[in-house]
Amino acid sequence: MSPNSGTDIGTAARAGSAARRVPAVMVLAGLALAPFVLGSYAVGTLSRILVLALLAMSVNLLTGLTGLATLGQSAYFGVGAYTAAIVARKLTDVGVVQLLAAAAVSALVATATGWLAVRARGVVFLMLTLAIGEIVYSAAVNWKSLTNGTDGMSGIPPVVPLPGMPALELDGLVYFYVLAVFLVLFAMVAHLAGTPFALALRGIRDNEDRMRAIGYPTRRYALTVYGGAGALAGAAGALWVSVQRFVSPGDAGFEIAALALLAAVIGGSGRIWGACAGAALVWLTRDYLGNLEVVDGHGKLLLGALFVTAVYTLPRGLTGIRVPRGLRSVAWPSRKRTA
Amino acid sequence: MIDPDLLEPLDLLELRGVSRDFGSFKAVDAVSLAVRAGTRHAVIGPNGAGKSTLFSLISGTLPATAGSLLLDGRDVTRLPVNRRVGLGIATTFQHSSLFMRETALENVLLAVVRRAGSGLGIGRPLRSRRTALARAHALLDQVGLPSRHDTPAAELSHGERRQLEVAVALATEPRLLLLDEPAAGMSPVETARLTEVVAALPGEVTVLLIEHDLDMVFELANVVTVMHLGRHLTTGSPAEVRASPEVQAAYLGTMEVTR
Repeated sequence: MSPNSGTDIGTAARAGSAARRVPAVMVLAGLALAPFVLGSYAVGTLSRILVLALLAMSVNLLTGLTGLATLGQSAYFGVGAYTAAIVARKLTDVGVVQLLAAAAVSALVATATGWLAVRARGVVFLMLTLAIGEIVYSAAVNWKSLTNGTDGMSGIPPVVPLPGMPALELDGLVYFYVLAVFLVLFAMVAHLAGTPFALALRGIRDNEDRMRAIGYPTRRYALTVYGGAGALAGAAGALWVSVQRFVSPGDAGFEIAALALLAAVIGGSGRIWGACAGAALVWLTRDYLGNLEVVDGHGKLLLGALFVTAVYTLPRGLTGIRVPRGLRSVAWPSRKRTA
Repeated sequence: MIDPDLLEPLDLLELRGVSRDFGSFKAVDAVSLAVRAGTRHAVIGPNGAGKSTLFSLISGTLPATAGSLLLDGRDVTRLPVNRRVGLGIATTFQHSSLFMRETALENVLLAVVRRAGSGLGIGRPLRSRRTALARAHALLDQVGLPSRHDTPAAELSHGERRQLEVAVALATEPRLLLLDEPAAGMSPVETARLTEVVAALPGEVTVLLIEHDLDMVFELANVVTVMHLGRHLTTGSPAEVRASPEVQAAYLGTMEVTR
């Protein structure tokens, strides 16, 4: 390698990111035009995919970035959904308020439960998050005065994105609200991925002892990302309520947690869009293929087959398919050399 | 009043009767030792002498079962690893312990960024942190890896990884640098290069190293401590240590000393 290889790789990555903008722009255009082309059911499905994508991004922050495989994000998704539903019914139909309330309460619950969970690693961490998920699910079933139990909460008014805006009755308009929030949160996560904080999380994933040896309080980092991922899951939960206008314990259940982890794993840990693509693949498989007469309600079986196939054939996930070795997710600026 | 520092050179690190038991086995047995600021201090001894355990006690990865450790007169016996790093103790590990999926630059940046700020680093993205980037690049050049900045650690050679280890440790701006067998498994060329890097470190950095390669020890160190079976046998200048019959019986007798 030449002494200027840093510069070369930096330039290549920047040129690469310019080339990568083309598909990104096409996806964005497709997402913006979808409601004008698709039917109401398909638009609803697309909204749900965007919500699941946010949840998968939340899982990816823990599983992909920090190396903490979790089955508990449905808990904070559920807490966010119930918070948003209660705010919508009792307080206000303004979406932003519901979102912020859901994110705040979920972050709080995640920090409190994460205080325990981040002391463990590996399978023990996975089991603890699974337990947290089950506790929240049980609470959703049994705390009837708050959640209305297994009947779920209906009668949620159509969402008003910002004060003064009209209530969104049509699926296509709700979709645009979901898309707008999705893009804002995606941008926030994308920003985070380039910060020293994200590099520190990668360091914890790769070699936690070494991180401590260079002075990082690793548990504080793990707890912070756990709380942040909880907030993101909670925001996704609030959007879910705006789409469904209904919430039941199933929304905080194991299936959601498993789908989100599946989406994150299929997507691969390398890039944020991987989790989103994984979410789309998982949801479409579950939804559409599951409805085909040929498979006759065996959507979950197909999903399981998809999972096994993905793990065997794409160990680095969807994002691993075409990413050449050495091309990094963050392009460093070329270094200044006086020589 | 006379400044006591003028009468007696300052001990950067002081160990007072430090022990570490594993069950009934005393890996480190009541070791007392002073490391003066600015020295190149080597710890030698046959396998099982307790050198690596002693390093773990100093760096904080293992708690001592008895005794106390003082850094600049301050008791650090009960401080966790990351706090000790903050006070200026940095370690390189016997078995390369890097972030394998990250580039050499990112490995160093992690330590640089940590040193530069106490926050979590959520605000500004890395690529706009010019000072940190410049410092990380400079450190990689300093340890002799000018062309490997963007190479993932997993793709570096064994010797290059040891050099990167030193760069990561230096990035924490240590006052005391612990080198645990830096030349282990290295070719003679790589060892020579690493010796140069360590010899070129500024005087503010006190170096404490464990090494089996006695050529390297006698080239670098101006103070040598010999350990045997967990105990502190003797400390002196390289010449004194080589001449000591006690040391020869315990250690050097089993090894060829060519210099």
